[in-house]
Amino acid sequence: MKSSVVSKLTFEQVDPDVGLRSAIDSSPEKIIQTVLDSGLRGRGGGAFPVGRKWQVSRSVQAPQKYVVCNAAEGEPGSFKDRAILSGYAQLVFEGMTIAALAVGAQRGIMYLRGEYGYMAAHMESVLAARRKSGLLGKNILGKKGVHFDIKIQLGEGAYVCGQETALIEFLEGHRGEPRNRPPYPAVSGYRGCPTVVQNVETWAWVTCVMARGASWFKNLGTDESPGLKLFSVSGDCKRPGVYEFQLGLSIAELLDVVGGEDAKGVQVGGASGTMIPQSQFRRKIAFEDLPYGGAVFILGEHRDMLEVAGNYLEFFTKESCGQCTPCREGTRKLLDGVNQLREGRCRALYLEQLISLGKTIQMASKCGLGQSSPQAFLSIVEHYREELMGRVRIDE
Amino acid sequence: MFATEREQLEQDIETFAAIYGNERSALISILQEVQRKHKHVSQYAMQVIAHVLDIHPVEVYSVVSFYHFLSEEPKGQYVISLSDCVAHNADAKRALARQLQNDLGIGFGETSSDGRFTLEKIGCIGMCDQGPVLRVNGRIYTEVTADRVGGLICDCASDIPSGSICDIGESI
Ligand SMILES: Cc1cc2nc3c(=O)[nH]c(=O)nc-3n(C[C@H](O)[C@H](O)[C@H](O)COP(=O)(O)O)c2cc1C
Ligand code: SF4
Repeated sequence: MKSSVVSKLTFEQVDPDVGLRSAIDSSPEKIIQTVLDSGLRGRGGGAFPVGRKWQVSRSVQAPQKYVVCNAAEGEPGSFKDRAILSGYAQLVFEGMTIAALAVGAQRGIMYLRGEYGYMAAHMESVLAARRKSGLLGKNILGKKGVHFDIKIQLGEGAYVCGQETALIEFLEGHRGEPRNRPPYPAVSGYRGCPTVVQNVETWAWVTCVMARGASWFKNLGTDESPGLKLFSVSGDCKRPGVYEFQLGLSIAELLDVVGGEDAKGVQVGGASGTMIPQSQFRRKIAFEDLPYGGAVFILGEHRDMLEVAGNYLEFFTKESCGQCTPCREGTRKLLDGVNQLREGRCRALYLEQLISLGKTIQMASKCGLGQSSPQAFLSIVEHYREELMGRVRIDE
Repeated sequence: MFATEREQLEQDIETFAAIYGNERSALISILQEVQRKHKHVSQYAMQVIAHVLDIHPVEVYSVVSFYHFLSEEPKGQYVISLSDCVAHNADAKRALARQLQNDLGIGFGETSSDGRFTLEKIGCIGMCDQGPVLRVNGRIYTEVTADRVGGLICDCASDIPSGSICDIGESI
């Protein structure tokens, strides 16, 4: 099995446990301030400022608090979390420990997607080594009264469980149905306790920020989207794999590095992201322009846009938790529409209705799944309409 | 004395409840163990679990039916799953799908009559850069070509321990 990591990663160079040692000598307020100053935003798609979430959790009085690592990585097209876990899990656990100090949590949970079950033993061995070195468990690094430990909980196959409140429902032994927010998990999450949920990559960056300082991170990337980010690059390019870039990079620059200059489109943000046509390759991957979940799927000239739209919609029809009618039924209708288009029997008027249905689903759905599932279809219809109409039947 | 299948199941559930506790929150851990050992969670198993945890069987069913890894029907000893990740080369994926069906004599979503193999499609499993990808129980095979299918099935026949850690951890 070959490595997925293509570019040089900061994670390789950062010294282990420097961040944690500096955190333990510091105060919770100072740790949170450092994270705030770094401008780090969540790397799992939502891009919420990490320090703000910790502040909220710290401010809530509760007998028990939790820190959770979201290793659901369910987004089709994303594999950077897998690469981090297999190569740099210690940085992830270190980041969780730093947050535990900051918010006052004693328990950590890693929700690892069931499909990554083969990595569970490796995760356990990294945890065991950390316990042995006094980096986890009772009196961490010899500091009296500082206790924190992490357990691994393996998922059972459900994309929606990547959504933080559905993830908590799963951890509590229920169906993974997203909850209403507020309350946000940082206030009331697992078992009603304040729970800080962050993505795998976010945790690793927390460690780097604590080790190297807020200004190091803040000076990279753009003003609104500081720092570095990992990208999962797949599809029609010469060098697919995991890359590290500064945020604010344009699609064209990215394509240049990975050898995908001939792309006719780029799906940014995985199945729930959006299709960017050639004419927009100068757009930047950053919070202020294109959402940066970090999955970049490159489509070459021969790709059938409808096949992609159909693949994604099929995925979403299977993964909808079924709570909201627009998401449950509407996504199925969209898939049916895409199949009609593929067979060349879709009326133009019906396509307009599908577009309006897609927008309704986005508006009327409770969680990010339904809010984003029509996006790929809508952007494909917007930018590639000449490819879609009056198609000659394709036989598989 | 031979325990009947049901007695064995009851015993197992009692054992799992002893490990994970008989609180509602132990439900998923118990289901995971039952699925792992018995290759499915039967209706009877759901009733026993409901009884042990003192909840309604419908509640157990609602959880089982939600998660893809929990199945109500028995799965084969080897579950061979082809990743449907859109990034993988479509022709290579199609060829692989065809060869799997040829060699196993079953279609997708089916289990062979001897209970050895289940063939299914799964979504993206985070191997987008290394397709086509197969998962055999817990084990991941990357860049699989149709001509490797025969050998892979022989591997299964010679009983590679199921769910073993694949060669992946070290090298990624
Ligand atoms: C349907 C859905 C799936 C999600 N899947 C993931 C996931 O696999 N991994 C992840 O980190 N966040 C996922 N999220 C986002 C989480 O809800 C949450 O925002 C995130 O874990 C917070 O961490 P971050 O701020 O560090 O990114 C998902 C959200 C939705 C709506
Ligand atoms: S939008 Fe879809 S996945 Fe999200 S809560 Fe509603 S039905 Fe469930």
